[in-house]
Amino acid sequence: MNCLIIDDEKIAREILKVLCEENGSLKIKGSYSSALPAIKYLNENDVDLIFLDIHMPDFNGFDLIKTLKNPPKIILTTSDPQFALKAFEYDFIVDYLLKPIESSRFDKAVQKAENKVIEPSKFASKSVTPNSVESDFYVNIDRRLIKINPASVYLVEAKGDYIHIKTEEQNYRVHSTLKKIEDKLPPSMFLKIHRSYIINLKKIIDIEDNSVLIERDVIPISRSKRPELMRRLDLL
Amino acid sequence: MEQPTLDYINRLSNGDEGIFNTLIGVIKKEFPVERASYDSSVQEKDYRLIEESVHRLKHKINVFGLEDSYQTANRFEQNLRKNSFELKEEFDEVLTVISNFIKTL
Repeated sequence: MNCLIIDDEKIAREILKVLCEENGSLKIKGSYSSALPAIKYLNENDVDLIFLDIHMPDFNGFDLIKTLKNPPKIILTTSDPQFALKAFEYDFIVDYLLKPIESSRFDKAVQKAENKVIEPSKFASKSVTPNSVESDFYVNIDRRLIKINPASVYLVEAKGDYIHIKTEEQNYRVHSTLKKIEDKLPPSMFLKIHRSYIINLKKIIDIEDNSVLIERDVIPISRSKRPELMRRLDLL
Repeated sequence: MEQPTLDYINRLSNGDEGIFNTLIGVIKKEFPVERASYDSSVQEKDYRLIEESVHRLKHKINVFGLEDSYQTANRFEQNLRKNSFELKEEFDEVLTVISNFIKTL
């Protein structure tokens, strides 16, 4: 089986490397200290099995799982037994190894992975259906109906009873809710990355830690929305 | 106080000197960096960063077979989540024991 190791601690990665080599049935395709380069690898390559640390700074193992469209089999590695129950919410998580990992227990987990048959995607990550008709919509401002082309919108921000629609040319303050405008915007182009913000994914300039730079605005990304955002980005 | 052992590393390397030296080398390099990061986050009183550092150090405590100390680290980690430094002294003592042990390797 081809496998990937993802753990922020070097000693943990080295230990897993030793265990994989001793096991004999595993071929390590990569070893990563953080989630993002691993996601990039997984977007371009298939592996049979991932050894995934749960507790990593910024982007933990469960966040990474949420970004995977077709998750391979996963063996979680952790120092904390408290996550065990959550692990079994996912069909493709075949086992859960507590550190320090003993080789007999490791071999048993690999055997389990080899024997496990995963039913075709119980874990269907929400597929994004591109909205073929990205039609204009109208907003009511001071009794005037103003036409807005969704492609020109880069940000929608909720503020109290109003939303601020920001376009390259102009900003509009509209008495409405984020939910209502979210329904009008093409989901292939827009994503709600925070309870107060919807962004146009095509207008992102850069992403750093937990914020997005879009035009001149720096927008926070909520932790729960980060995996979806990373999944939707076309990482090189 | 319980003392670190190399039992786990020995079991893992199974007599292979190369593996043994690699693992010890990584620990000797990684532990002081993680300890420094722990000390600096304590100075800044950044509970989230301290908790992260403690979590990383916990694995080293485990690797050295320090089962009681591991429980102390676990409880300290939980206390930090409540913004409490209770058990910090005990945890620091564990780190000192490991630091001294690593110097002998």
